[in-house]
Amino acid sequence: MNDFSLLLPEFLLTGLAFIVLGVDLFLVERDKRYLPWVSSTGIVTILLITMVLAENGQLYDGTLIFDDYTKVFRVFFLVSGLIVVLMSRDYVKTHLKYQGEYYAILVFTIVAAMLLASSAELLTAYISLELLSFGLYVLVAYDRYNPKSNEGSLKYILLGAFSSALILFGISQIYGLTGSTRFDEISYVLSNTLELPAGLMVGLVLVIAGLGFKLAAVPFHMWAPDAYEGAPLPVTAWLAVGSKAASIALVMRFFAQALMPSISEWQYIVIVMSVLTMLVGNLSALVQKNIKRLLAYSSVGHVGYILMGIAALGSIGDDGSMQTVLSHLVSNGLMFHVVAYGITTLAAFLCLTVVHKHNCEEDISSLAGLSKTQPLVSLVLVSSLFSLAGLPVFIGFTSKFYLFNAVGAQGLLWVVAIAIIASLISLYYYLMVARQLYIEEPKLGASVPVSLFTKVLLVSVLILIVVGGVYPSPLMEVIQSATDAVISGSLVKFA
Amino acid sequence: MGIDTLDSITLFSLIVLPLAGALTLMLIPGKNERLVRWASTFFATVVLILSIYLFIGFDQSVGGFQYQNTYKWLAIPGPWGNGSLAITLALGIDGIAATMVLLSGIVMFTGTLISWNVEDSNKDFYILFFVLLSGVFGVFVTFDMFFFFFFYELSVLPMYLLIGKWGSSSVFSNFTRSKEYSAMKLTIVLVGGSILIWLAIIAIFLQADIGSFNMLEIKAIVDEKFSPEFQNFIFPMLMIGFGVLAGMWPFHTWSPDGHVAAPTAVSMVHAGVLMKLGAFGIIRLGLMLVPEGAQTWMPVLLCLGTVNVIYGALCAMGQTDLKYVIGYSSISHMGYVLMGIATLHLLGLNGAVLQMFSHGVMTALFFAVVGMIYERTHTRDTLVLEGMAKRMGTISVLFAVAGLTSLGLPGLSGFVAELLVFMGVFKSYGVWGIGVGSLAVIGVALTAVYILRLLSKVFFGPIPPRWEEQTDSNLREKFSAGVLVLAILLIGLWPFPVISVVDSGVTPLLSYVIGVG
Repeated sequence: MNDFSLLLPEFLLTGLAFIVLGVDLFLVERDKRYLPWVSSTGIVTILLITMVLAENGQLYDGTLIFDDYTKVFRVFFLVSGLIVVLMSRDYVKTHLKYQGEYYAILVFTIVAAMLLASSAELLTAYISLELLSFGLYVLVAYDRYNPKSNEGSLKYILLGAFSSALILFGISQIYGLTGSTRFDEISYVLSNTLELPAGLMVGLVLVIAGLGFKLAAVPFHMWAPDAYEGAPLPVTAWLAVGSKAASIALVMRFFAQALMPSISEWQYIVIVMSVLTMLVGNLSALVQKNIKRLLAYSSVGHVGYILMGIAALGSIGDDGSMQTVLSHLVSNGLMFHVVAYGITTLAAFLCLTVVHKHNCEEDISSLAGLSKTQPLVSLVLVSSLFSLAGLPVFIGFTSKFYLFNAVGAQGLLWVVAIAIIASLISLYYYLMVARQLYIEEPKLGASVPVSLFTKVLLVSVLILIVVGGVYPSPLMEVIQSATDAVISGSLVKFA
Repeated sequence: MGIDTLDSITLFSLIVLPLAGALTLMLIPGKNERLVRWASTFFATVVLILSIYLFIGFDQSVGGFQYQNTYKWLAIPGPWGNGSLAITLALGIDGIAATMVLLSGIVMFTGTLISWNVEDSNKDFYILFFVLLSGVFGVFVTFDMFFFFFFYELSVLPMYLLIGKWGSSSVFSNFTRSKEYSAMKLTIVLVGGSILIWLAIIAIFLQADIGSFNMLEIKAIVDEKFSPEFQNFIFPMLMIGFGVLAGMWPFHTWSPDGHVAAPTAVSMVHAGVLMKLGAFGIIRLGLMLVPEGAQTWMPVLLCLGTVNVIYGALCAMGQTDLKYVIGYSSISHMGYVLMGIATLHLLGLNGAVLQMFSHGVMTALFFAVVGMIYERTHTRDTLVLEGMAKRMGTISVLFAVAGLTSLGLPGLSGFVAELLVFMGVFKSYGVWGIGVGSLAVIGVALTAVYILRLLSKVFFGPIPPRWEEQTDSNLREKFSAGVLVLAILLIGLWPFPVISVVDSGVTPLLSYVIGVG
């Protein structure tokens, strides 16, 4: 017996997307500025409904799981989607055509992200991933007369399709050798297999590589800078936050609930990927001139820290068996860092959209002297950059400390050492941006007005960044409940 | 509210007050520079009063950590249980920290007054300055490793902008050292040093395996959990990590550049207080949490400290920029602090802490005076400046006081501190100590050379016509420098009150460190 009310937020969001499409048909061009308000009101309503009404349970015999983990990610995607919609409103109005479709597709991708967080079966996950990617392919190419947008989107589509093929092939291998695509059943088979058959190993590697593409982990990150640079600014923000967090939501559940028993087989693959990702991402960011590319590489670097957490989800005991004593701690750190990274990156992009509205440039040097002309925007921007660099009092410091401490506890202190060095490297390029903001003299003299609503939005993300850094325990309690669900979901059963 | 409840929140308010000051300033319109100045002076005064209150109220007969208060912060679950008290904002000061708090209060107050002449967006300047000091106070008053590191990083964070925006570049005949370069160098090197500290903190937390970052709780289980190998491995990480900030050779190169490029008040705080954070870190984390490792590595620290003394003094002799002279003399003087710590002897360690205080006020005075001169003459070149005493009488006297303190003239604070350090070195290292100590005494002689040369040429020589038009310091400058001079004289002539407070922290720490070994 399926209780479809569990899917209520997804149904409502899909409805919202169609409402936006429908309303769009009846609006003259001038009135299309109401579309973001329609979408955001809808999202806020759904957010409230999700927080109050959503219940825990399973659908389709456990292919979709709705637990506290799903709930936290649903709220996360709705909030970040809301912020992206709000930051799109000026940008889309001035730069893009076909506003109705833009918001509708954006809402569709939120649905996909939410489904990813609840899938507990490989094919469901694959379909949600494709729904997300297809929406993003369109959004990245939305600025269709801009050659860069075309270039970025072409690269994204080709490599995205390639990675989907890899994932599918990997799934077929896993299905062939374990007889199931469900996470809990895969985990059961793996825990009863002493020696992993080569075919299964191939399947695992292919799936990891495919997910690596979606996450933009080195060596599968090549599409990211171009897609980030070419995409319209709010879409870049959504790529960096929504799409990335959705993939991480899937990866975390997949690794914790399905692959954990054979951790000794994949841990080193993930560690190598993670070390490469941190180093290559942060080192490449050093030489960037374009702020979007800089943030693209910096987000690649952050994926490195996340992957480090994934690798540390379990540990290998002396007898080669998996140990899960510290899995809770590490997954807490992981989710904390994902949330911190998400909020902070959104704040940074929010500032960039405000600035872009006035100068339409994306060079880092175009931010020169922003502190003189727009003190608030530059305060929020510099705070978010410092938070990404992992400096106190911002949320990035606390989450990094928590995550690194957890990974260290798992016995991977040498990886933590590399991560800390990587984050020192990242400090350099964040400071170079801060230098433009505060030390260089402005090129345009006049101060530019920022609307009251944007100011409120800026101040509230700033408060989130700071409060998350100095008073994280309420957030941590929520995260704790989420990781309780995802870790105890299947691990403990077979441990 | 009773005095007990008041006492329990004093330390917390010491951290929060500068932040509250920064927040208040954010709300004041930046155009109203007068209001900004007065508001920041108000907050600095309150903090100064609070730190004096803490110092006087500190009961040296009891010793140990006083004004304790703990706020629950974040849980870390693990094999050690639910770890609900893993990270707590545990506040408390011992005699060493109380002295440092007093020093920070004095330097913050004088720095705020000296910075009245900052004209370019002085609001932003004060906001960052206060954030910096909040971090400084935080380090001194917490004994939770997480928050120690939190505040440590917080005090480095605003430096980049403070130096980069309000600093000055140095132009030499054949090259220019830009302020942006110095700011970046300082930030990257300091944060680089904290990599080691971060790793060491995580390692200590994991090795202790009690699910707590509280230093006192970890201290209680050092004997059973920390093997000598572990301690010998961790201590050098802490020593180098903190040594970077303390200006320890060969990790000192950020310091002269940074101090020279920084605006006056930031140089004062940086050389006066921030470098002490490094030495304080070695004492707090190094001696307290890995005592056996400390004992193993002390000879190395002693040698590095001696190199600091001589190397810094030699470099200072060769400089032609007044600020570079002071910058290198800071390195030389931090050498005495490191040597004092390395003695692990009651006299030496007391001397080290006293030298931290003495050098703090002295170097703050130095930078304040150089700032006054630079503001008037727009140069710091000792080849150009001559005969300043004719037109800037008070300024020259102030420089002379700082200079004589620095070369250890009896009656001023530097003498007491350096004497104690030397006695400690002789006592605890025997013949070797006499050798090393004599080398360091040569350092004192070198200091005398460069200070007296400066005094005779720059200040008390004949005055060339181009400097005839200069004016002397104004009342605000006299007052703020006067506070620093007062502190120097007080310790030089009547060191007992300060030493007894310091001693109440040093004695139990030392008997613990020696006892463990």
